[in-house]
Amino acid sequence: MTYFAKPKLLRPDTPKNALGYTRRDYEGAISSLCAGCGHDSISAAVVQACFDLDVEPHRVAKLSGIGCSSKTPDYFLGNSHGFNTTHGRMPSVLTGAALANRDLIYLGVSGDGDSASIGIGQFAHAMRRGVNMTYIVENNGVYGLTKGQFSATADKGSKNKRGVVNTDSPIDLVALALQLGATYVARSFSGDKEQLIPLIKGALRHRGPAFIDVISPCVTFNNHAGSTKSYDYVREHNDAVNRLDFILPRDQIEASYAPGELRRVVQHDGSILLLRKVKTDYDPADRVGAMNHLQERHALGEIVTGLLFVDSTSESMHRHLNTVEKPLNQLGDAYLCPGNSALEALNASLR
Amino acid sequence: MKSDTSPKTIQSCNDFVIKFANVNGSGSASANELFARAVMRMGVPIAPRNIFPSNIQGMPTWYELRVSAAGWLGRRGGCDLMVALNPQTWDRDIAEIAPGGYLLYDSTKTLPRSRFRSDVVVLGLPFTELCNNEYTDPRQRLLFKNIMYVGALTALLNMEFAVVEKLIAEQYRGKDKLIGANVNALKLGYDAAQEVLPCPIGLQVERANGVGDKIFINGNNACGLGAVYGGATVAAWYPITPSTPVIEAFTGYCRKYRTDPDNGKARYAVVQAEDELASIGMVIGASWNGARAFTATSGPGISLMQEFFGLAYFAEVPVVVFNVQRGGPSTGMPTRTQQSDLISCAYASHGDTKHVMLFPENPYECFTLGAQAFDLAERLQTPVFILLDLDIGMNDSLCQPFDWDDQRRYDRGKVMSAAELEAGKNFGRYLDVDGDGIPWRTIPGTHPTKGAFFSRGTTRNAYAKYSEAGTDYVYNMERLRRKFETAKKLLPAPVVQRAAQPTRHGAIYYGSTSPAMAEAFAQLAAQDIHVDLMRVRAFPFTDVITDFIDAHDVVFVVEQNESGQLRMLLQTEGDIDPKKLLRVLHYDGTPITASFISGRIAAALDAHKVTPIRKVAS
Repeated sequence: MTYFAKPKLLRPDTPKNALGYTRRDYEGAISSLCAGCGHDSISAAVVQACFDLDVEPHRVAKLSGIGCSSKTPDYFLGNSHGFNTTHGRMPSVLTGAALANRDLIYLGVSGDGDSASIGIGQFAHAMRRGVNMTYIVENNGVYGLTKGQFSATADKGSKNKRGVVNTDSPIDLVALALQLGATYVARSFSGDKEQLIPLIKGALRHRGPAFIDVISPCVTFNNHAGSTKSYDYVREHNDAVNRLDFILPRDQIEASYAPGELRRVVQHDGSILLLRKVKTDYDPADRVGAMNHLQERHALGEIVTGLLFVDSTSESMHRHLNTVEKPLNQLGDAYLCPGNSALEALNASLR
Repeated sequence: MKSDTSPKTIQSCNDFVIKFANVNGSGSASANELFARAVMRMGVPIAPRNIFPSNIQGMPTWYELRVSAAGWLGRRGGCDLMVALNPQTWDRDIAEIAPGGYLLYDSTKTLPRSRFRSDVVVLGLPFTELCNNEYTDPRQRLLFKNIMYVGALTALLNMEFAVVEKLIAEQYRGKDKLIGANVNALKLGYDAAQEVLPCPIGLQVERANGVGDKIFINGNNACGLGAVYGGATVAAWYPITPSTPVIEAFTGYCRKYRTDPDNGKARYAVVQAEDELASIGMVIGASWNGARAFTATSGPGISLMQEFFGLAYFAEVPVVVFNVQRGGPSTGMPTRTQQSDLISCAYASHGDTKHVMLFPENPYECFTLGAQAFDLAERLQTPVFILLDLDIGMNDSLCQPFDWDDQRRYDRGKVMSAAELEAGKNFGRYLDVDGDGIPWRTIPGTHPTKGAFFSRGTTRNAYAKYSEAGTDYVYNMERLRRKFETAKKLLPAPVVQRAAQPTRHGAIYYGSTSPAMAEAFAQLAAQDIHVDLMRVRAFPFTDVITDFIDAHDVVFVVEQNESGQLRMLLQTEGDIDPKKLLRVLHYDGTPITASFISGRIAAALDAHKVTPIRKVAS
């Protein structure tokens, strides 16, 4: 496989965002994934979210591990620095990047093999450490690049393409993220961009670890009858708790909803999460309630989606470390080197 | 008990080895160090070594202090005076004393005569009884026993009481109550010894002028300080013996020197990762994003980090790793010293890789090379390993004082700025524009539309685009080879010490072998055996090293590992005939000694039937 650049021809009436960029400015190379792959829809959703949020492309750093999902950062945000790291280790590399420069937006893209198997340790610790990031798992329940082995998120009892039944219990990354302290936890479906795009926007503007598990069917290895990660199965069992509208502080447009159906969450930067309730008794500020709801619905074979939990008072790793406001990678020599006089004093204390 | 004063007792002033046999967790370490510092304050060079178990409380531990007027800082071996305070190791401790040596022990409980040796001077003081009479608090009884034996030693070795007293006052500055209590215990021990024992004994400390302006610090602390001066802002790590103190020192020095005076905020970040994989991953991420970052680890950590080292090598991300080597393989000897990670670092990770290594000889070089490593890593955009070992890392050592040129600026390497990108400068992440194999990089966040690239461990073309084309791969590998040729020009040169007369024999060594080698050099010269020395300070090797080997018939490669790892590297990288390189290997986990080196070299030269004293026509 070689690299294909995308043609940059634009129609004169192509819409531009507040920064003067077109959507094309947020795209990347041409995808090498299979036609119809759910991952490409997620890439498109990332492009749309960044375009809508007027994100300066170079203010995003996109990192991934290894696998089909982890290839996708090459296919969006071509003007952003990217880092395709090693299998399962994106969280640590992203954590380091976030330590170096607290001012960028960090987008980590991973897959179910990358995060739930080989990288489950790093996934867990990035969540509990409070890394300010958007962590998207493109979850298809199989290893695509190595041709269709079950992953750790495959449901017990689901069938692979050859009809073999999975006997191992699944790992629910959303449940783990909730338990481990993520402060923005969502699940979505690559086939539902109306749901997915606002969830990504909210996550990008969230302070602290934001986790989105996106069920993203593998058209080649896991889109058959008997799979619980196929387009058909997910459409039939999509059990949304709410629908999100993401509103920037500058566009304070109150949509008209019936009273009691709307929940408004203001994030640290003033951005607003407007949650239209689908389940009237669902409270996205209740971590324990979210965990219970998830387990109950999963037992019934349903796939709970929506913004499952958000903590509007979230903090991030830099706050815990009490680091200076200026990014560490921009501190000059004078701020870093104590100089010879300090050494003289130190020498004197060592005699 | 009446002391035995046989005429054959060891008589030595300012040149002996004293060993403390303690139980770990008993608070003896600070008392032993107090004693060592007192000798140093009297102007006599000292070289202490902690011999400790991988345990927190209850296991045997030893503190071996070499007092050397000549300033030899390597481990001497043997023991002239044993302070035996651990019943558990009594028999082996007693057996270790040199004939004519001395034994100081706690005589509270009477021991049968059979437990002693007739050829050593037995000095008994009832430390426990003295403490029990003086103190009621059990903790005080335990801790002041340690200060008490320091007091006894002060009298036995004819040391200046005031020096020890002053050290205590400095240690507990501002806590007068503690000063008084400690000095009281010291005095009790001192007086008891004066009263009961034949003070002074044959071993004595006499004021001298052998220390000068030298400082006394361990290598781990010096590494932490070097990282501060090297401009590191991010440290990610996972606890492991014996490298943990590097991070603790870095954190401590940062708190002192890098806390913003206006708001108390940190100009650094230290993260304890979940494992070594994550710690090196964080270092790579931070470096990729333009911060100077490092980790500190030991053998097992190096093994765990292998895949990431390959990524950093191939994606060309600066990385600094302090590897405080311990005994391997596997868990090996976690609290013993070895130089056995050279191979696992030199070619860390799968595929064709090669890494820069630096070998500091002492705390001073831990500081200087530690700081320089950050410049090298950014200039070369590759991992740089500082390979010290437990002997350097965990033992305080005398070394020259630290210094820093305030005019020095960090070399951030080839980083393209927004202005250069804006001006249209051609940016190809893996393009060799300067012919030195080092490409230009950009830091994320530099420019809205120019200079972004996608870092990856997969093959790519010179513009960082995915490619499996053989030509792209070969271009890249050849450039990496050029880069390592460039590296040779930047690395610290080897240090050569010529023998007193021209010789066909050479010896190559590195790292913590240094003090023992210096002493062995003198020992050999005294036997009229002349050997030129070369201390290697970095890998990859330069021609200076191969020229040195070429200029000698045989070259001893002195190392502290079982397989001769530097020798392997010399053979492979320098294309050197292995027959020329004779192994001198010490690997039992204790620091190498001068007598071991000189003995092996002398024996080898004899066995080779080479006349060691033949002069070469000049």
